Amino acid sequence: MSDFVLFDEEFHQIKDVIGRLKADAQAKVVFIVDKNGQQIAAMGDMDSLDTTSLASLTAGNVAATDGLARLIGEKEFPVLFHEGERDNVYISIVGQRVILVVIFDERSSLGLVRLRVRKANAELERVFETIQKKVESEKVRRQEGFDSPFAEITDEDIDSLFRE
Amino acid sequence: MTFINYAAREINCKIVYYGPGLCGKTTNLQYIYDRTNPAAKGKLISLATETDRTLFFDFLPLDLGTVRGFKTRFHLYTVPGQVFYDASRKLILKGVDGVVFVADSQEARMDANIESLQNLEKNLAEHGFDLPNVPYVLQLNKRDLPTAMPADELYRQLNFKGEPTFEATAPSGQGVFDTLKAVAKQVLMELRKK
Repeated sequence: MSDFVLFDEEFHQIKDVIGRLKADAQAKVVFIVDKNGQQIAAMGDMDSLDTTSLASLTAGNVAATDGLARLIGEKEFPVLFHEGERDNVYISIVGQRVILVVIFDERSSLGLVRLRVRKANAELERVFETIQKKVESEKVRRQEGFDSPFAEITDEDIDSLFRE
Repeated sequence: MTFINYAAREINCKIVYYGPGLCGKTTNLQYIYDRTNPAAKGKLISLATETDRTLFFDFLPLDLGTVRGFKTRFHLYTVPGQVFYDASRKLILKGVDGVVFVADSQEARMDANIESLQNLEKNLAEHGFDLPNVPYVLQLNKRDLPTAMPADELYRQLNFKGEPTFEATAPSGQGVFDTLKAVAKQVLMELRKK
């Protein structure tokens, strides 16, 4: 399986899209995680949120729901919605690879979020396609002798991580 | 699948602790959590039953420091060990970068160890991974129990590719960080090849 690599340019494009989505959907927080539980980008008031845990639990949630879907003969459930007393979570899958999460309260509505997410989803799908292409061409460059920054990692580098 | 974020200059890797029920996977994570500097760790999340058996997974994010200007973050997961949670175990292996197999040293658990190891191989294969090629460490846990088998006997039965093997007593921490370090090292060495 190939690694997931995020470059500056696409990172900013992703932040633009989710920043706009946050404003248009009047959401509190919008973030993107990959299906393995790694957070890719986030916008909104994150101070009160443990985003690392949110990312991992979101991915676990989507993975479990995907498993359920397959058991009943569906490919996936592309949208999940959790309704709380104050806050709600709207989760949707982008291009079968990453997960878009919108947290919103009574200042917004499910209908508005759904509408805005659909538009953002299409834009994000394009960005992630570009990333995929870049990763592929990067691989070719490496085969042609381009060195990744990790090509030179030494035992010493790694040992230093574990020094008290 | 390592996630390399050039924008944030971060490498994120996923390590999964695998093994039969009650072998001490969660205890490994608990010990790491207890002994890690608060600035370097996130919350330890346990999705467990009321009787503290792992239901879906435990999760612990760790920042190990910087390598070549990139912050290295390791996400440690455990799987539920009980046989009937196989569907959940499979999900957690998605995108794994390295595996720790925690074996229970007691003779009575030998069959469970072997069954779990075979299950690991099968579930990895379903994600397109070949166990012999995945960064992998064997931990022989529960060395303090009087019922523990000799370590060389366990090694003979469970070590299959000369992988680094550590004797451990997870509640007291013996072998816990050695195991983590060995698997992290293999994962980072993999990056060098890519």
